[in-house]
Amino acid sequence: MGPSGTGKTTLLKLIGGQLKPDTGTVHVDGENVHDLSQSALYGLRRRVMGMLFQSGALLTDISVYDNVAFPLREHTALPEAAISHLVLLKLEAVGLRGARDLMPAELSGGMARRVALARAIALDPQMIMYDEPFTGQDPISMGVLVKLISDMNKALGMTSVVVSHDVNETASISDYIYVISDGKVVQSGTPDELNHSASAWVQQFLGGDADGPIPFHYPAATLMDDLMKGAEK
Amino acid sequence: MMGWLQGIGHNTLSRFQRVGSGSLFLWQCILGLPYMVQRPKLFIRQLYYVGVQTLLIILVAGLFVGMVLALQAYIVLVDFGAEESISLMVSLSILRELGPVFTGLLFAGRAGSALTAEIGLMKSTEQLSGMEMMAVDPMKYIIAPRFLAGVIAVPLLTSIFMAIAILGGYFVAIEMLGIYEGVFWSQMQNNVDFYSDLINGMIKSLVFGFVIVWIAVFEGYDCIPTSEGLGQATTRTVVHGSLAVLGLDFILTALMFNV
Repeated sequence: MGPSGTGKTTLLKLIGGQLKPDTGTVHVDGENVHDLSQSALYGLRRRVMGMLFQSGALLTDISVYDNVAFPLREHTALPEAAISHLVLLKLEAVGLRGARDLMPAELSGGMARRVALARAIALDPQMIMYDEPFTGQDPISMGVLVKLISDMNKALGMTSVVVSHDVNETASISDYIYVISDGKVVQSGTPDELNHSASAWVQQFLGGDADGPIPFHYPAATLMDDLMKGAEK
Repeated sequence: MMGWLQGIGHNTLSRFQRVGSGSLFLWQCILGLPYMVQRPKLFIRQLYYVGVQTLLIILVAGLFVGMVLALQAYIVLVDFGAEESISLMVSLSILRELGPVFTGLLFAGRAGSALTAEIGLMKSTEQLSGMEMMAVDPMKYIIAPRFLAGVIAVPLLTSIFMAIAILGGYFVAIEMLGIYEGVFWSQMQNNVDFYSDLINGMIKSLVFGFVIVWIAVFEGYDCIPTSEGLGQATTRTVVHGSLAVLGLDFILTALMFNV
């Protein structure tokens, strides 16, 4: 968790191997992501990682069904009948089996994210990364997504990495939280430990207070100075 | 003064960097081509999009270019009593220059811009990143089929343009200007050379197609994923593509005709 623009999405892209770190290493499933060759990296992504993008990142020119079938068709030699079963099961899990013939443009934002979730679990990854899954959702869709993420995590025995700035929703389903700011970990712990954190910064972030260690005003000269300057002209 | 010098250096460096990343991109794209053997459908669909959907504009443009050319040729040639060479003038200018160049320019405007916009939009909606995270290389799945389809479509469209333009010229010469039909065809048959005229024209179109599609897919893939960046990338495709066609046409003509 952390405020907007602190590098949360960048962190996910580093883990996924889409960006290269200037320093340091990222290990996933025992392998250094940035030491792998392209084909080994793709193998790792196929076996281990699923990712849910903020926008859903569905392929817009094919239907919901084909979107979920896409990774299966690309990476397995399963016959179409088996793929059909798998796709329907995954769509059933996110409650959108009935929407299989819709095109991505016909979906609401929440539905698009659920379809993307069905697609991300199509290959049964060991780990799934969520980029801001709750942003811009109405309360009902948000509730559905929170429930889905925690259910999936338990039912499929996956590791879930959720990047978010929606404090309550994230805290309700997390086992462990890292709070980052300006590219650094400010505090980490279970949701309970964070709630009792002594750091004023963390308290401001969790409570959503307008003023605190992160000031309400963007740094500027005092108001009086600025007004006097205006008067001189 | 120092800032100015620094600006020159910075611009030059970034230009070279772009050429470099463009070449690297082309190389990766070519490496992705064998994938088409596994997924011929991807390529066929793209051939439909860039080829068949550009056909109409090529047909209409070709017809009118041929007709206008025949009229202009007649106006000049009739003063010398040489109006019977009208077919020669029409066919040579079409085969050597206008066919490849016109098709290239129209293709850059119609299909090139669409390719850039499509790929750029995929980038800005994270579809390309999403594909990468699903362990599907967008270079193979998105770029290579479009590239191959474009490179193949341009020579095909050019030959259709040439045929229809000559038919347009034929129509004007025979029906409007009253040239004798046998003379029209025999002049063409006797004076147009298969290799130095037709094949050279097709080589040109192949080169134009290659360069336009390269620019189009690279601009899309490399664009800044905002609405403004996408607009600029699309414009650059059309402008750079068209200029590349005209510049290369001069170079190729000089090489082919040993001037």
